[in-house]
Amino acid sequence: MNNAIQINDLHKSFGEVHAVNALSLCVKEGSLFAFLGVNGAGKSTTIKMICGRLQKDSGSILIDGKDPERDPDSVHAILGIVFQNSVLDASLSVYENLRSRAALYGIVGQAFEDRYNELSELLDFKDLKKRTLGKLSGGQKRRIDIARALLHQPKILILDEPTTGLDPQTRHLLWQVIATLQREKNMTVFLTTHYMEEAADADYVVILDSGSVVAQGTPIELKNAYANDRISLYGVCEEQAAELGLPITRIAGGIALSVPDTKAATELILKHPSLFTDYEITKGKMDDVFLTVTGKKPGGEEQ
Amino acid sequence: MKTLFALIRRNIRLFFRDKGMFFTSLITPLILLVLYATFLADVYRDSFAMGLGETKVSDTLLDALVGGQLFSSLLAVCTVTIAFCSNMLMVQDKVTGAADDFAVTPVKRSVMALAYYLSTVIVTLAICLAATLGCLLYIGIGGWFYSIPDLLLIVADVFLLVMFGVALSSLVNYFLSSQGQISAVGTVVSSVYGFICGAYMPISQFNDGLQKVISFLPGTYGTVLMRNHTLCPIISEMNLPVESEASLKEVVDCHFYFGDSLVSVPTMYAVIAATTAVLIACYVLVQRYRKKAK
Repeated sequence: MNNAIQINDLHKSFGEVHAVNALSLCVKEGSLFAFLGVNGAGKSTTIKMICGRLQKDSGSILIDGKDPERDPDSVHAILGIVFQNSVLDASLSVYENLRSRAALYGIVGQAFEDRYNELSELLDFKDLKKRTLGKLSGGQKRRIDIARALLHQPKILILDEPTTGLDPQTRHLLWQVIATLQREKNMTVFLTTHYMEEAADADYVVILDSGSVVAQGTPIELKNAYANDRISLYGVCEEQAAELGLPITRIAGGIALSVPDTKAATELILKHPSLFTDYEITKGKMDDVFLTVTGKKPGGEEQ
Repeated sequence: MKTLFALIRRNIRLFFRDKGMFFTSLITPLILLVLYATFLADVYRDSFAMGLGETKVSDTLLDALVGGQLFSSLLAVCTVTIAFCSNMLMVQDKVTGAADDFAVTPVKRSVMALAYYLSTVIVTLAICLAATLGCLLYIGIGGWFYSIPDLLLIVADVFLLVMFGVALSSLVNYFLSSQGQISAVGTVVSSVYGFICGAYMPISQFNDGLQKVISFLPGTYGTVLMRNHTLCPIISEMNLPVESEASLKEVVDCHFYFGDSLVSVPTMYAVIAATTAVLIACYVLVQRYRKKAK
């Protein structure tokens, strides 16, 4: 599998602030890549450099083998970006917005009409054609933002916190569409998000803190490395559970035990079979991984 | 080319859909109309009567002269202030993030700049030509004094001044990037430009020092050019003695001096055209050599 995005030893400073510090990462073609970090970790700065909107201090960036600073037009032709906030024209209609943006890629006339119909069906906004963008709800606007990013059928889609503030239904629709595009078009998705459950579905995760990579791997690798497993134990009293010598938490209808990993859980169960008659083992969550690695909540505060 | 047309269409639509931007562009002409209705018309009339001295002219001609003064003032100001307001879209796009969106497309920055320039020219020209038509109809109620060549010269002046206004606004607006700056520049241009180009008050009524200062501002030559082509045909109809005609032309700013030399109409054209060319060249240069954000 080729690398859709390859970054080596990237540096970027603003005065005394090292926004990006020796960042290296690879995004495989057709994968869903989650790029996590608290606000100010360097995610947006990295995205700006990927798009060629900001000059790097040193290092290299290759997008589908092309340097965004030397060959911006080729890179822009294969990148689709959903910005954190809508950047479309609030006083134009949905149709006018998409028509003017499609023309930037040379998509006009019948080619645009076909693409518009395709996207309006895919993202379910057929009934919004003549509606003024500024009067749409947050979820409706987001669908149009994504349609705009997909107008030119990009090979790589950058989603910068795409689901912040959206209702569960719209979030579900967006992820369904993205999954379809990945499956059918082998589109690479580069995602930044504060929702850790979205990152849990990624093929690969990189966690950034103060401009440097602090952890990376598949979600399961990260969970195994940085988050404890949890055993929910039912039908035992607190005293019996305390005998196991592990930290316990009371939960509805039972006790929760924290164990380092699944292997430790298995050993514990085999050692005390009489206690484990009704139980479940769950892997740690990406929230726990993020907290352990950065010491901060996904939203931004220190713990 | 299709991309350029699509961008121009988008920019024009946005200007007319954005009521704030559209009405802001009409503030200056409205100020002028209010000033005219309240006291400027009387000031003009008295000043013209003084310029005529003992010579008597009909009320129709005097009214036409006052109307022509408003006509030329209105166009001299509108060509610049409307260009500034319309061209604010370039700044607005930075504020809303649309410029970031454009920056990640294969469209060249020069095409974006040309689209802003041409859409501003179209919008400003459309509004100014509509204003020209309105003013001609207003003056035409009392009587008709313009020949076809006079009308063509007026339209040519409007076109030249629009090009000047758009070039000036493109260069100034290029360096703006926030809503606060839009408001500040919009307010300053709307309120100050009319005075410094000699549109609100006849330049002849300014003191010598101020006259000297504004003789260095290219916009002044645009106003004087408009005065020549809107007022001279009316003054010719008056059949005044040579001295009276010269004196009146001085009062109504058809005659303008740089130092002690009378500035000819071709020189006025040259000043405006050269300034416009320099402004466009500067705009192209800043577009071309401005480094990417560091």
